[in-house]
Amino acid sequence: MLIRNISKAAMVIFTILLSGCEGGVLDPKGQIGIDEKHLIVVATLLMLIVVLPVIFMTLFFAWKYRDGREHEIYAPKWAHSKMIEIVVWLVPIVIVIILGVITWGSTHDLDPYKPLDHQATPITVEVVSLNWKWLFIYPDLGIASVNELAFPANVPVNFKITSDTAMNSFFIPQLGSQIYSMAGMATQLHLIANEAGVFEGISANYSGAGFSGMKFNAIATATPEGFDAWVAKVKQHKQLLNPDSYQILAKPSENNAVQYYSSVSEGMFNHIVMQYMHMDSAMEMSPHSSHSSSEHGETE
Amino acid sequence: MSILGKLTLESIPYHEPIIMVTLAVVAVLAVAIAALITKYRKWGVLWNDWFTSVDHKRLGIMYIVLALVMLVRGFSDAIMMRTQQALATNGAAGYLPPEHYDQIFTAHGVIMIIFMAMPFMIGLMNLVLPLQIGARDVAFPFLNNLSFWLTTSGAVLINISLGLGEFAKTGWVAYPPLSELAFSPGVGVDYYIWALQISGIGTTLTGVNFIATVLKMRAPGMKLMQMPIFTWTCTWANILIVASFPILTALLGMLTLDRYMDFHFFTNAGGGNAMMYINLFWAWGHPEVYILILPAFGIFSEVISTFTSKRLFGYTSMVWASGAISILGFIVWLHHFFTMGSSANVNAFFGVMTMVIAVPTGVKLFNWLFTIYRGRLKVTVPVLWTLGFMVTFTIGGMTGVLLAVPGADYVLHNSLFLIAHFHNTILGGAVFGYLAGFSYWFPKAMGFHLNERLGKAAFWCWQIGFYVAFMPLYVLGFLGMTRRLSHTDNPAWNFWIYFAAVGAFIIFVGIILQFVQLYVSFRDREQNLDTTGDPWNGHTLEWSTSSPPQFYNFAKLPHVSDIDAFTDQKEKGQAYQRSADYEPIHMPKNTASGILIAICITAAGFAAVWHILWLAIAGMLGAFVAFLFRAYGNDHDYYVQPSEVATIENAHLDKVVRGTA
Repeated sequence: MLIRNISKAAMVIFTILLSGCEGGVLDPKGQIGIDEKHLIVVATLLMLIVVLPVIFMTLFFAWKYRDGREHEIYAPKWAHSKMIEIVVWLVPIVIVIILGVITWGSTHDLDPYKPLDHQATPITVEVVSLNWKWLFIYPDLGIASVNELAFPANVPVNFKITSDTAMNSFFIPQLGSQIYSMAGMATQLHLIANEAGVFEGISANYSGAGFSGMKFNAIATATPEGFDAWVAKVKQHKQLLNPDSYQILAKPSENNAVQYYSSVSEGMFNHIVMQYMHMDSAMEMSPHSSHSSSEHGETE
Repeated sequence: MSILGKLTLESIPYHEPIIMVTLAVVAVLAVAIAALITKYRKWGVLWNDWFTSVDHKRLGIMYIVLALVMLVRGFSDAIMMRTQQALATNGAAGYLPPEHYDQIFTAHGVIMIIFMAMPFMIGLMNLVLPLQIGARDVAFPFLNNLSFWLTTSGAVLINISLGLGEFAKTGWVAYPPLSELAFSPGVGVDYYIWALQISGIGTTLTGVNFIATVLKMRAPGMKLMQMPIFTWTCTWANILIVASFPILTALLGMLTLDRYMDFHFFTNAGGGNAMMYINLFWAWGHPEVYILILPAFGIFSEVISTFTSKRLFGYTSMVWASGAISILGFIVWLHHFFTMGSSANVNAFFGVMTMVIAVPTGVKLFNWLFTIYRGRLKVTVPVLWTLGFMVTFTIGGMTGVLLAVPGADYVLHNSLFLIAHFHNTILGGAVFGYLAGFSYWFPKAMGFHLNERLGKAAFWCWQIGFYVAFMPLYVLGFLGMTRRLSHTDNPAWNFWIYFAAVGAFIIFVGIILQFVQLYVSFRDREQNLDTTGDPWNGHTLEWSTSSPPQFYNFAKLPHVSDIDAFTDQKEKGQAYQRSADYEPIHMPKNTASGILIAICITAAGFAAVWHILWLAIAGMLGAFVAFLFRAYGNDHDYYVQPSEVATIENAHLDKVVRGTA
């Protein structure tokens, strides 16, 4: 409770200091991002307990004991003090223990693989990083889009992420956590937008020449109806995403325009993940083995 | 395939004016230097006294020269990156296309870590460590020469890549699958592999050499817990080198098999798994940053205790804190990829372990503070670097612990916040340390002082430039800007990007001032000679020798009974004693084997890059033959006669008497 209050007070100061910080990770619009911002502020404050005195003492001691101040005590052979040694080991240890407890708890709370605790039914989006664009497949709606992602605000979004190229990192800074996209396996991420808006999405892991242009808009619609309208718009584009048209899409391109697919052939995402697994297609390749069983349970 | 493998005239980047101009400038400089050496007839000196030298002090100086040359190269890359990002805002393309920009940031990272920081650190260690433990040389002097030339061989390869072919476009970590043939079919990654592989083997040999030196060659009486603190921190770094560099060797070997022989260790297809590379890379890469920083910690300890004219506070704590950092440094590698999807337990464990490292590091900072406490701090150039470090590094440590919290890393990973953090620790920590050590030990190595005023001016440019260049990157990280972008389109970022570019140019002025300082100090050297060998009233044995030290270091091996061995000698009146009965000194002879082996290996590495099979075989064979000649030769050593020792020692002691009178 105390930490909450300190963090709230600090947040006000931070907000004033970084009032220009619009659109970044200190201006979160989703619950995960908000929690992560809290965590950053609390951890920083805790560390300042040691950091500020050290910086102050460095400058103060250097000034106070500089050469020529003969009136100051000079103790050339003084090199040990049990008391000081105990204090200088204990203070960092105590702070690290507190930070460690916070870390342990927050890492479990903010585990990207953990489904969000929310009354609304989540929607699932399958994400594929390609050279150099993002493909978003909505398996339940049978549609797909390139470089544009939409979902209703206040509805959890379950992302399943893979890559059909080098490794990328799927990241919408204002919503919180990122996760790598890797070929031949599916990683997971759970995000939610607390309010409507258009948030920039990027790849946060360099993947080659067109990497800088690998951006997309994540549109959180104010209402479910708004999302339905977006889905209807996608469905007007009579393009089909199947293994053949996918091969064309997967060819390298830079600064790709937004594209829509009104229908997607069954199991497209699985096909993309498993194309590298033809030697042993039964093998489950998840980097997150402890979650791999639940992964099947919730999506199929 | 032709006799030159993949190498053709098209491999030269004619169409890149920036590269061609650079090459032209380098060529002009090389011709000018060669002409000067010829004019002053110094080729013989260079070959006989330097290139073939097995003297650890000369090798140390050559390492530092290599580091300074590569600093210029790596910093040029930095300036180009900052200018590119400053010009390529609001969707503009800037002046560097991605193909070129991507090579530059890769080269910048590789050069600054492997070919600037490492040689600088190893150079200072070479110069000082044997002197500090009262030894006449390292355990294996020829191996030491070979290590230097293998490091240089890697540096030569990376520089050749500028004019022939390309360098890797993968980032300095060269993560597969991007670094695999499917995504990087050019020779860039191959240059990366062979430059790192060859220099990495040199570094491993250095680690072995110095561990043996410290264990077997300490002066009589010197217990392990009486070794000077810089020697201790270097020893921890060497243990880390020996434990971690083989991982890099094996890792690069596997990537080589993937690229050359169609293996599938890390490929997307065929059951490869890039996550294995990423784990192994950081299993080497994280200890590597402690290899860089620990010796710097030792330098700061030496500087603080010398210039406060005081014993180091908490020596034992310092030694064990360094040891704790070394061991913990091996169990934190996963914090480089919390975002890979490990379970919460795994991420939390590695996060907490990373924070634990802050404890011994914090202890070190407090110990430096209490060394200043009740001292008489002379604010010299090395002290300025140290104070600058203590403030700057504390901030870097704080942001590091923040990144160690997985929940925070999920939004800060790979952002410019991370870039700011590691420059905060590697530049504001390690490099500041090397520059402190550079000005601290310069009179010892060269026999004359560095110009103090220019040194201070350079320091302030670096220090201010650092904050102007890197604090904006923290802000940009918070604003959601990720690393390695060749162009941006976000008005909120522009101001900070321009700001950072200004900082880079302030650091540039600092570097220029340092070269001016070297020139002015060399020009005025006759007025600034260090005749006593002990310009700072030092505590440790390197200051008991002349400046520069006699080639045999110590006429008689000192007997040590205190951590501050030379202070102890001075207090007991045992310093600067003349002796009537010097004994013959056993010394190693210079050898051309090291440079010959390295030339052959460089040729083989170059051949491997371009798939020139015959040259690769010839190079390896040549290296092996040169090694055999060395191994089966027996003309490796000689004795310095007592009369010669007496002449040298008396001349030095006469100078000491005149200097102090």
